[in-house]
Amino acid sequence: MGNKINTNELLIKNGRVIDPLNEIDSVCDVLIEAGKICEVGKPHKELPEEKVIDASGKIVCPGFIDMHVHFREPGDEEEETIRSGSHAAVAGGYTSVVCMPNTDPTIQDETSIEFVHRMGRQTRKTHVYAMGALTKDRKGVELSEMGLMAGAGAVGFTDDGTGLQDASVMRKALKYASMFGLVVSQHCQDNSLAGNGVINAGFNSTLLGLPGMSPLAEELMLWRDIQLNKSIKTKYHAQHISTKGSVDIIRRAKQEGIPVTCEVTPHHLLLNEQTVAEYDTNYKMNPPLRTEEDIAALKEAVKEGVIDALITDHAPHLQSEKELEFLYAPFGIIGLESALPLFEKALIEDGIIEWSELIAMLTCRPAEILGINDTKGSFTKGKWGDVTIFDPEEKWQIDVNKFISKARNCPFHGWNVKGRVSCTIVGGEVRYSSERN
Amino acid sequence: MAEGKIEWTRKHLLGLRELSREEIELILDTAKSFAEVNKRSIKKTPVLRGKVVVNMFFEDSTRTRNSFTLASRRLSADVIEFTKKSSALSKGETLLDTARNLEAMGVDLVVIRHNAGGTPKLLSRSIDACVVNAGDGFHEHPTQALLDVYTIREKFGSLDGLKIGIVGDIANSRVARSNVYAMTKLGAEVTLIGPPTLMPPIGDLPVKVSNSFDDVIESLDVVNMLRVQFERLSSNPFPSKREYTRLFGLTEQRMKRAKDNIAVMHPGPMNRGMEIESSVADGANSLILKQVTNGIAVRMAVLFLVSRAPE
Ligand SMILES: [Zn+2]
Repeated sequence: MGNKINTNELLIKNGRVIDPLNEIDSVCDVLIEAGKICEVGKPHKELPEEKVIDASGKIVCPGFIDMHVHFREPGDEEEETIRSGSHAAVAGGYTSVVCMPNTDPTIQDETSIEFVHRMGRQTRKTHVYAMGALTKDRKGVELSEMGLMAGAGAVGFTDDGTGLQDASVMRKALKYASMFGLVVSQHCQDNSLAGNGVINAGFNSTLLGLPGMSPLAEELMLWRDIQLNKSIKTKYHAQHISTKGSVDIIRRAKQEGIPVTCEVTPHHLLLNEQTVAEYDTNYKMNPPLRTEEDIAALKEAVKEGVIDALITDHAPHLQSEKELEFLYAPFGIIGLESALPLFEKALIEDGIIEWSELIAMLTCRPAEILGINDTKGSFTKGKWGDVTIFDPEEKWQIDVNKFISKARNCPFHGWNVKGRVSCTIVGGEVRYSSERN
Repeated sequence: MAEGKIEWTRKHLLGLRELSREEIELILDTAKSFAEVNKRSIKKTPVLRGKVVVNMFFEDSTRTRNSFTLASRRLSADVIEFTKKSSALSKGETLLDTARNLEAMGVDLVVIRHNAGGTPKLLSRSIDACVVNAGDGFHEHPTQALLDVYTIREKFGSLDGLKIGIVGDIANSRVARSNVYAMTKLGAEVTLIGPPTLMPPIGDLPVKVSNSFDDVIESLDVVNMLRVQFERLSSNPFPSKREYTRLFGLTEQRMKRAKDNIAVMHPGPMNRGMEIESSVADGANSLILKQVTNGIAVRMAVLFLVSRAPE
């Protein structure tokens, strides 16, 4: 990506610059030249006023990376497109996103990987990456053309939306993927246990009369995969983990030196299963919302560094679909434009971690998992001039009607939150500014 | 009408979990006065004259539907029958579209039966008409439970201190859930009986659980036999019908160990010979047909009360 000659120059002054990879956290300036990071500190060079951004009182950090979004293109463009999703992404401070391949048709060959990249480039907002399907048609039977997709720039492989059920196919997939050094990302869900569940299994599902999805459905597959990967030792990533048991399994695997990384969403950190009581389908997601005990365990895991990445799992759906009966409505909520303040609420406000740790999970750590850390995720000289500037103190109210995303399925409508993106810069170019919008 | 100690304020009847003992008693007392109407030669009262009731049934249930239809007619309402096999998005129209259309025709009350839990609640949030839950998934079936407790009260005078067993597929039963709320609120001691594979997590529900029908049969004043809903069972939760009947069926043999005046109930339709032996279902202790009769009066009471609720 970015093969055109870039002359962008920009000086971001007086912000609190936080670059976790380089352990920078101080009030200083960031200079971008030719679209790349040039200098962090007190650059001697001065630029004309139109190329200077005053970031006083704000946090200036490497652009956010969301390694888990659904832009629904190709196939369901009425829900979201790579274009509309990219606009929403920069509004949320994201300079890179990774599209999941569970589109229709499935993203599972060179052409479709290239298609996603091309649409992303044409939109000129955020960098758009794609993961390819792990198995053909995400059926869990035959391996996809991982090598060809890797050549086309795929950043990983996943059958997201569903877990790869067959253990022997999974072992093959891990082994085969190890050739390319790309991450194998798993939506951990054993279907034989998950059944037709739509909410967390337990007393709450008894009361609501909705089929439950056992936490064990997630944990068993996660545990299985880690055991399979024990000898293979390739990059394995557990998507949107949601239970205390999963946290325990990952913590132990990491202690034993088995390669595993994982991610968590804002909703699994902020909402518990009780929110489903009104049968509002904006609370229907997969994995389902769990218990307070699970939430506490996830937060503890964030604190300990067991969680590697923060993601949105941005999953747009039509209003008409979400208006269906709870049992029939699709899983998923959108999250790009409200992620930052929600992570702030879950992790900073509660005193779990500091900004530098939160930013690390949004920047250098996903960049490393995705293998894009040579160009993204930090302010190291020569990296892409991708910068997110936000006011950590600005209070606002989430209003889904003001979202740029095509979709409105978000349970956080009306929430009073703190922390707002004011400017998103990609390759030295201002791609979003709250003042302009 | 009944001399209730409290005022009825609910515009919808979605379930019994949120109802107080007083509210349940008010429905039962109101039903009692409607039962008198049903004994007259002209079984009509004009309380819902000019009102339109729609029976929205997304799931087969001749019995419940007929009961609601009759209840509405006896209250002099106009009734629209609406049937749709499946719901969700068929022909691009959602349940809410359908409901809004019906409402535009001037419907005042919607009686809804649906195979997805929570759908009546979803509906009540989206339309202005009164919503009465006629059974939603395995969530609640409030009018069934109300007619059950009405029938028990008729026989025993009160539920206080009665020992009631609910037997069978508790996990997939909306009747069991509504029964638990109604019976325990009225003072009964409830034991859920069935194999662990048909028992959901019961959390802090004020009930006992037993996996042995034989252990508890002698102590029961009332036994409510649930229908085994084969259509809802995704995989076999028990090895065979034969074994189920041996362990959890209400057989004549098991009846010999029960109290002489035990009340035998079943929400119907029955799997005769499976969860209940025919001779027991039709025997002297059976209240099953009484339940059906009482269902009309109870549903009249519910329709009447919700339609009168303040906006
Ligand atoms: Zn997923």
